[in-house]
Amino acid sequence: MTVDESFLALPLAELAEAALTRARDLGAEHADLRVETVRSQSINLRDGHVDGVVDASDAGLSVRVVHDGTWGFAAGVVLTADNAARLAEQAVEVARVSQPVNAEPVVLAPEPLHGEQVWVSRFEINPFDVPDTEKIAHFQAWSERLLRHQGVAHVDADFQAVQECKYFADLAGNRLTQQRIRSEGGLTAVTVDEQTGAFETMRTIAPPVGRGWEFFTSNAVFDWDAELDALPGLLRAKLAAPSVEPGEYDLVIDPSNLWLTIHESIGHATELDRALGYEAAYAGTSFATLDKLGTLKYGSAVMNVTGDRVVEHGLGTVGFDDEGVQTQRWDIVKDGTLVGYQLDRRIAQLKGLNGGRSNGCAFADSASHVPIQRMANVSLQPAADGPSTAELISRVRRGLYIVGDKSWSIDMQRYNFQFTGQRAFLIEDGELKGQVKDFAYQATTTDFWGAMEAVGGPQTYVLGGSFQCGKGQPGQVAPVSHGAPSALFRGIRILNTVQEAGQ
Amino acid sequence: MSAQPTPQQLVEKALELSRADGAVVIVDAETDANLRWANNTLTTNGVSTGQTVTVISVKNGATGAAKAGAGVVGRSGVGLDTLEDLVRASEQAAADAGPADDANELIAGRVAADWDAAPEQTGISVFGTFAPALGEAIEAARAEGSLLFGYAEHTLSTQYLGSSTGLRLRHVQPTGSVQLNAKSGDRSRSAWAGVPTADFSDVDIVAVGRDLARRLDWAKRRIDLPAGRYPTILPPTAVADLMIYAYWSSSLRDAKDGRSVFSKTGGGVKFGESVSGASPVKVTLRSDPAEPGLECAPYVEAYNSDAFQSVFDNGLELGPTDWIRDGVLTSLAATRRTAAAAGAPLTPPVDNLILEGAAGGAGPSLADLVAGTDDGLLLTCLWYIREVDPQTLLLTGLTRDGVYKVEGGEVVGEVNNFRFNESPVALLSRIAEAGETVRTYSREWGDNFNRTAMPALRIPDFNMSSVSQAS
Repeated sequence: MTVDESFLALPLAELAEAALTRARDLGAEHADLRVETVRSQSINLRDGHVDGVVDASDAGLSVRVVHDGTWGFAAGVVLTADNAARLAEQAVEVARVSQPVNAEPVVLAPEPLHGEQVWVSRFEINPFDVPDTEKIAHFQAWSERLLRHQGVAHVDADFQAVQECKYFADLAGNRLTQQRIRSEGGLTAVTVDEQTGAFETMRTIAPPVGRGWEFFTSNAVFDWDAELDALPGLLRAKLAAPSVEPGEYDLVIDPSNLWLTIHESIGHATELDRALGYEAAYAGTSFATLDKLGTLKYGSAVMNVTGDRVVEHGLGTVGFDDEGVQTQRWDIVKDGTLVGYQLDRRIAQLKGLNGGRSNGCAFADSASHVPIQRMANVSLQPAADGPSTAELISRVRRGLYIVGDKSWSIDMQRYNFQFTGQRAFLIEDGELKGQVKDFAYQATTTDFWGAMEAVGGPQTYVLGGSFQCGKGQPGQVAPVSHGAPSALFRGIRILNTVQEAGQ
Repeated sequence: MSAQPTPQQLVEKALELSRADGAVVIVDAETDANLRWANNTLTTNGVSTGQTVTVISVKNGATGAAKAGAGVVGRSGVGLDTLEDLVRASEQAAADAGPADDANELIAGRVAADWDAAPEQTGISVFGTFAPALGEAIEAARAEGSLLFGYAEHTLSTQYLGSSTGLRLRHVQPTGSVQLNAKSGDRSRSAWAGVPTADFSDVDIVAVGRDLARRLDWAKRRIDLPAGRYPTILPPTAVADLMIYAYWSSSLRDAKDGRSVFSKTGGGVKFGESVSGASPVKVTLRSDPAEPGLECAPYVEAYNSDAFQSVFDNGLELGPTDWIRDGVLTSLAATRRTAAAAGAPLTPPVDNLILEGAAGGAGPSLADLVAGTDDGLLLTCLWYIREVDPQTLLLTGLTRDGVYKVEGGEVVGEVNNFRFNESPVALLSRIAEAGETVRTYSREWGDNFNRTAMPALRIPDFNMSSVSQAS
């Protein structure tokens, strides 16, 4: 695996020399240069017809400095040594203008020198090497396969792929070149009851992945055939299903749903920049404040959560972060207790966590944005000899088995959340019954994870995730994975969303 | 790569290179400056310059433009020497895409009088007077033992849109906002304000800071309330959050396909039906690219085709559009193709949104609404809004940074936060009173939709579904 040749053909070393020399000459204590090319493609189909095919390539460079204890940042798109030097000047100027508002001098945690390194994510077929006609035809065939079924009125299909190439250079002497590929796709089927005007939708539950086109052409990682065969029947059953009776239920939650609850109630809550207040006016803070590290009972004793940026095919996986820190894996929740945070170099130094070293969670979504502390792959660990999903279901007298993510919302300190799903099946006396519709589960984070009685074994574990995690101002979008086993929760509040709407 | 060519040069050269049956070239030159602060100190900041070239190629089908395909490729950092590769990639994409459902003739040409003008630019100096004033506001907060957090951003985008049919359109769009969040030293009390601005000359951040200090004082008395339905005053920012989402859910195509809140049972669209129900307030929801203070692009700018817009419509003139007039649904977001198929008016989406409870947006001020409240809640803003059920357009979300209890026309304390479950469409039929329409900034969607003017609304029974412990 090698980095895209067109990226390596850019005058990377020359840009680094120009920017870093100028920044040093202007008195910067720290300076780094990032050059990035982010190539993306989206294909959308409606009822098997092409709705839109959009290709974009965002290329640019930026210089970040610490000058007189203050950050300065400037970004541009012209990849010349002159412009790189000019951006270094602008970054220093931004630091000067901002200095009067800065009361907390910036000091970065030390990081070993990595020198010249190349890192490339693993994939088999680069989606950008596959002709558009082939990708379109693939999703057309899948759309038509669903449309042939009785009751399927409409089918939306979507495919997206991204290739990121990145070069990082800093005054310390790091020269890091990296590339990663990711892709996602799915189909949403719609059914409409002409008599009542009621409609329901159901989407495939395939996760976005740090893989190439091979993900879509075999059932090796995700069983597309099984999902597409089942979807029309599941959708018809959902339209005909009874509306859920609100109240307390035991829940068996599938990894295809649980990943998003992990993302919102653990992933964001254990970002140290949020706990310190850097996101207070926007994304929010966290109930899991630093004074609770090592004591907060996040959940039950079966709860073990890790952070990592190293798992193969993970969306948050990379060799080095945007501060030149080598990526790692660490514990966030151990036996139910909060034991770790996600860090960047500034806050690792400020609070002396992780032995005063960042765990590599600083990155930006493009050259034009400044790196901020962003989310690692945050995953709930399965139990080594844990039960299957069916065994978990067998332990429930009255409950729901919830599959696939859909609606999500959580408050600014990550206490109160509400999620729906693609489908839910009633569990009675340990057995799966038919679907119910109009369900949502609502809980407070520590109550919810405290009610987790069991996690499934490794055979239930799936790496889910999203391309669309938003944070920061200006807004940045990041991809991230979350692994989860199936898990059993006792006594969770289920709402009926039709009753909530006052209908 | 040599120095950047001008946007006009890029447009002309790309059109000259094009071998497609039609082409639209859009060059966006954007400059941005931003400051961010937290805990009474600066956190991040920056300036950026970008230029993106988007080429939309059209390849006619065997029967001509009616079966055309379109390919869209956009790239930043493109020079005259690398432009041809972009044009060819777009042509290939158009050929690969095959016939598009929204295929149509491109819009016929007209040339903007200021086509030759250079892009307008902003820079860190836009904060020349704002930054010291912010320093002053932070000093005042520090003196009171409270903390300020927030963000200020200014963007100037200049768009050049040219087509093989002779369009040469230029549009300059300034977009700016400040968000200020004040917290007590122990962070148990929190207040927020958002201010939209075109150029920062009209932002008095010290005054905003004083208003937040007053709200932090209100919060010193804490009143716990359970979940339930409460008489509630939604301030303009919260109304903007809800109405923007309703606007984004107003595609004619989805309604026609039976999959939206605006679909009629048994087929068709709810045009001509009342959305006001029993409410005494018959609202008007409208857009207008020439609305004073909310000026936006007076033509369609579409980088992709979807349920709302069509790349074939690029350059189509936009005018004043009523979505809801006096409580009756009149239009939905349409393309030429979806409007023709539905026999509906051609009303493409416009980048601003105005809600009025009475003619000309007249109505009482927010302070008057509070003064006229015997017993109810006053919200500051909403947060983390997501769709729960498209059938009713049920949305969920949280209250944030101050839910105030009003008794006898005065704020008497602060209540805990709530999770709400409400549909913006259902709310329109339950408005007890609407305030004056004012320029406001949606906290939830302002990043993507800056230009709104909304009234405060009094809702007699707003559904607070559960309590949030967040403060």
